[in-house]
Amino acid sequence: MVESKKQWKAWLYLAPALVLLAIFTVWPIFNTVRMAFLENYSGLKAAGGETFAFGIGNFKKVLEYKKFVNCLKTTALLCVATVPISTLLALLISVALNSIKPLQRLLQTIFFLPYVTNSIAIGMVFAAMFNIVGSFHGTQNEIIATAGIVNNVIEFFGGTAVNWINSGSSYAANITVMIIYIVWNALPFKILILLGGLQSINKQYYDAAKVDGSTRSRILWRITVPLLSPMLAYVIITGFIGGFKEYTSIVGIFGATMGPPDDGGRLNTMVGFIYDALSTNSQGRASAAALILFGIILVVTLINLAVSKKNTHY
Amino acid sequence: MKVVLENLTKVFPNRTKGGEDVVAVNDFSFEIPDGKLVGLLGPSGCGKSTTLYMICGLQKPSGGKIFFGEDDVTDLPPEHRGVGLVFQNYALYPHMTVKQNILYPLQNLKGEDKLSKEEMLKRTVEVAKLVQIDNLLDRKPSELSGGQQQRVAIARALVKMPRVLLLDEPLSNLDARLRLQTREEIRRIQQETGITTIFVTHDQEEAMSISDMIVVMKLGVVQQIGKPQNVYDDPANLFVAKFLGTPPINVFEGEVRGGMLFIGEDPVMAVRNVPDQKVSVGIRPEGFILDERGPLHCHINGVEVMGRDVSIVATNEASLNPVVRSIISAENKVDTSSGTVRYSIKPHKLFLFHHETEERIPFEV
Ligand SMILES: Nc1ncnc2c1ncn2[C@@H]1O[C@H](COP(=O)(O)OP(=O)(O)O)[C@@H](O)[C@H]1O
Ligand SMILES: [Mg+2]
Repeated sequence: MVESKKQWKAWLYLAPALVLLAIFTVWPIFNTVRMAFLENYSGLKAAGGETFAFGIGNFKKVLEYKKFVNCLKTTALLCVATVPISTLLALLISVALNSIKPLQRLLQTIFFLPYVTNSIAIGMVFAAMFNIVGSFHGTQNEIIATAGIVNNVIEFFGGTAVNWINSGSSYAANITVMIIYIVWNALPFKILILLGGLQSINKQYYDAAKVDGSTRSRILWRITVPLLSPMLAYVIITGFIGGFKEYTSIVGIFGATMGPPDDGGRLNTMVGFIYDALSTNSQGRASAAALILFGIILVVTLINLAVSKKNTHY
Repeated sequence: MKVVLENLTKVFPNRTKGGEDVVAVNDFSFEIPDGKLVGLLGPSGCGKSTTLYMICGLQKPSGGKIFFGEDDVTDLPPEHRGVGLVFQNYALYPHMTVKQNILYPLQNLKGEDKLSKEEMLKRTVEVAKLVQIDNLLDRKPSELSGGQQQRVAIARALVKMPRVLLLDEPLSNLDARLRLQTREEIRRIQQETGITTIFVTHDQEEAMSISDMIVVMKLGVVQQIGKPQNVYDDPANLFVAKFLGTPPINVFEGEVRGGMLFIGEDPVMAVRNVPDQKVSVGIRPEGFILDERGPLHCHINGVEVMGRDVSIVATNEASLNPVVRSIISAENKVDTSSGTVRYSIKPHKLFLFHHETEERIPFEV
């Protein structure tokens, strides 16, 4: 056949991409699995000629770490809290954006800005906003003088300032800041996708619904949301996947300590745990943790897909 | 419920700079009698849908008033007008089953109109039976044929028992056979329910066949209103004459001289009370009589036998159409050997129009 004769050409063209893929994607995946199942594997010791026994000790160790369980808790908490909030907000905002004519372009751009802004930079701005003090080493008087804008607003309305992120702050306050930040950061992408979906819905359905006497909220829940369900499923699934990989947002606000100065690591996440393990040359444990994270994301995504299959409509 | 339109006007402002505003509907006045089926007829873009949308409240008139019975509904939102609307492409909610689609308008009812679940279901099944889709209630719209979707759309429009039913080109998405069948169906449903119905189409045959009355529109302006047969037999202007009838009317350049109508050099017919002038002459295809001594000469191109009838395709210098098409009974023997055919004309199938304004010129035979 002519085609099979030409096949080698196709492979030739594909070769550069395949080679890169093999080196930087396929091999690391294999290597991760290999390292995860070698007891106490360490790259440094391996270079020194040490050999490692095969086993599941890395997984056991990782799961026994209190730190790891904490990371898992924080990650799951952030996921479960932020995905529904950001999805709902994105839905309402995109529906509102879609229904106004003047300034739609401008507002669309404004809502999209966070997407093109570096998330570490955004994190630092948030950190400044939620600061209770300008300097960690200040006296009591300085604390009040340099409060962040959020506390300024709270005090303006007669509330008492909250220690959001500084030494002595509570886990709940920390998580609240993180949720606000992650939701805000996640909105642009979701709005973009949902707005695109909304604009592709045939306007006649809305005319029909109006003639049928639907109220606005009924139209939203009975017409818009079902017609938008494929896009909603997409942003929810990608939201969960992104949520389980949460790391930079914490660094953005709390820095590499992953927590307030007096309790570093308090807000550490799964990915943070993996980085820490790598930095102590425990590639075996890092790989095991990575595989556990992969397993969790896989299961959550499968559940998501199963649920969305039931609820998306065409 | 009669529907009265009073000087109804709709202007769409032009958004591009320097462009002209579009007058989609211009000063439309008409009273639709209670329980009648009215066909709104005209070429694409003449403002039929806009008229319909104003009647149902989806678009606000730029001027004029709309009454349902004695109620002024001009400023009422659609849901308070009691209208049912069937969209051109049905607009069935794709994520709902047929049953849910039909139930939906009922579930929106509020206050004292609110129905119990059983009542809603009962009404849904009733209306589904009326349009003969009661065996399809659990399907999704995508699992239905065009004709079935059509019926579901009608059922959804009817289930609230509207005072007025509006149909926007309800047959345009159906194939030819289904179209014939469905238009009879619409007629039947309309007569069984007795709901005042306005039905938009660009297909004159459709409008003529099922309407009690037709309204012919052109560029937003109503040209003529009347019973289909009357409009056909007595068109107000050349546009209406050309728009109604298949095959279409034959149009010639002609001239009236001394009470005689000439087409080319042929003195076709005596027309009294018409001053000497150039005219446009419309002759319906069925208005020609084969006549060896007839005044109108044409060159024969061919003969098409269509069952009972024969259609003679001919040409004439003065014809404004490429061919002159006449329909005569198949019992007539057509002699094509000479290459020419001669006709005399049935006077009531011939119309004179002013050659510039295209308005009808009355004459006595
Ligand atoms: N929303 C609109 N904005 C601007 N022009 C419109 C709009 N809707 C219709 N028109 C114009 O009004 C005229 C009548 O349109 P329409 O009522 O849809 O015609 P029909 O249904 O007879 O084909 C057309 O020239 C069309 O371009
Ligand atoms: Mg139309």
